Amino acid sequence: MDTNKNGYTLIYATVMVIVVALMLAFVSGALKSTQDKNVRLDKKKQILSSLWINTDGQDADALYKKYIVKELVINSKAEVLSEKPGEAFDIDIKKELSKKLEDRRLPIYVANVDGKTKYIITLLGTGLWGPIWGYLALDADKNTIFGTYFSHASETPGLGANITEAPFQQQFVGKHILNDKYEFVSVAVLKVGQTTKTQEKVDAISGGTITSKGVEKMLLTCLGQYNQFFKQTTSGGTN
Amino acid sequence: MAKLFSEKTKQVFLGPLSKNNPIAVQVLGICSALAVTANLKPALVMGISVTVIVAFSNVIISLLRNTIPNRIRIIVQLVVVAALVTVVSEFLKAYAYDVSVKLSVYIGLIITNCILMGRLEAFAMANKPWESFVDGLGNGFGYAVILIVVGFFRELFGAGSLLGFRIIPQSFYDAGYMNNGLMMMPPMALIILACIIWWHRSKNKELQE
Repeated sequence: MDTNKNGYTLIYATVMVIVVALMLAFVSGALKSTQDKNVRLDKKKQILSSLWINTDGQDADALYKKYIVKELVINSKAEVLSEKPGEAFDIDIKKELSKKLEDRRLPIYVANVDGKTKYIITLLGTGLWGPIWGYLALDADKNTIFGTYFSHASETPGLGANITEAPFQQQFVGKHILNDKYEFVSVAVLKVGQTTKTQEKVDAISGGTITSKGVEKMLLTCLGQYNQFFKQTTSGGTN
Repeated sequence: MAKLFSEKTKQVFLGPLSKNNPIAVQVLGICSALAVTANLKPALVMGISVTVIVAFSNVIISLLRNTIPNRIRIIVQLVVVAALVTVVSEFLKAYAYDVSVKLSVYIGLIITNCILMGRLEAFAMANKPWESFVDGLGNGFGYAVILIVVGFFRELFGAGSLLGFRIIPQSFYDAGYMNNGLMMMPPMALIILACIIWWHRSKNKELQE
């Protein structure tokens, strides 16, 4: 058979593309549910990580059920819109951030760690090369940071990527996001040696300035949405 | 059986492991070798993924070799490789999610790995399926071996661990030992790779130019 004829080449290409497309569609369809489960499980691990709970080699689903007692959806006026389990979990924070502040549906995870209430807030921002995201756990006073989790898609390894490491994240523990007039000011991420009078600060990563600034901006915008919620605080002040 | 493991097939398999190594001698597939070797585990998974993909795409192309229209043969090869890579990446997402997150874009970039196109064009288009399969395995292993060696040194000296387990004891750190941050950066992969090539050429004089 002459394999160089135009007709043969065309038919060959068409058949090949259809066969490959069918095969890929089948594989993707067959594995979709397992993949979705992985993505949800990974999100639960990230949320637990902001409470300093190590999920390595453990049943993250069970731990999540144990520690997260309530999933709230609130609006920017701090009115509770929904308490249905799973509803806050399925909120796509990226979509919410593109809406007007009044229209946003904001998730809050209420956790109970050793009898103490913690509030977990979802974060999303931009680093140097791509998106960065995380979770931030606050104490019951809605002011003191209990723990953080940061992750990134493609920050520079060894520099900006270090926001995922414990030494950077541990700096946030015990910092206050409100000033002594109970106003939301967030936490500053500054170069070593720099100080600010109005905010509490953590040290940025040397060589990872843009990623560090990205973290600072992410905290300011994402926590800022919950301004009214923080006003319900029981104890303010930067101590 | 004798035919399956003839002298020629053995050469086809062993060649890429040493004298004709795709990375150390042909210097192909360098990009991914630098990118995923900061830790041993992703290097291992990358090595296995490339081996599987190059072996099976070799077989498929070898089976099709007499029907492929000459003018679109590169496109056909690309489609086969791309399809296999997508399948592997979907499987990783379903069954090894952590690793697939770590390898991120590099699994997709296997498609552009020169080793694959090189083997398909140079070997599978002209040889029978079984030899092509062996050739794919050989080249995949040759690639994987280098990745594992580089990953081993980078994780050991960069993080003090192997596959996530701590190897360098805490007492070393207490005594002032520090992890070498440079090991985590891509340039160090190049330097280690260059050392491997240096060693390899000093062992095999006939490779020296």
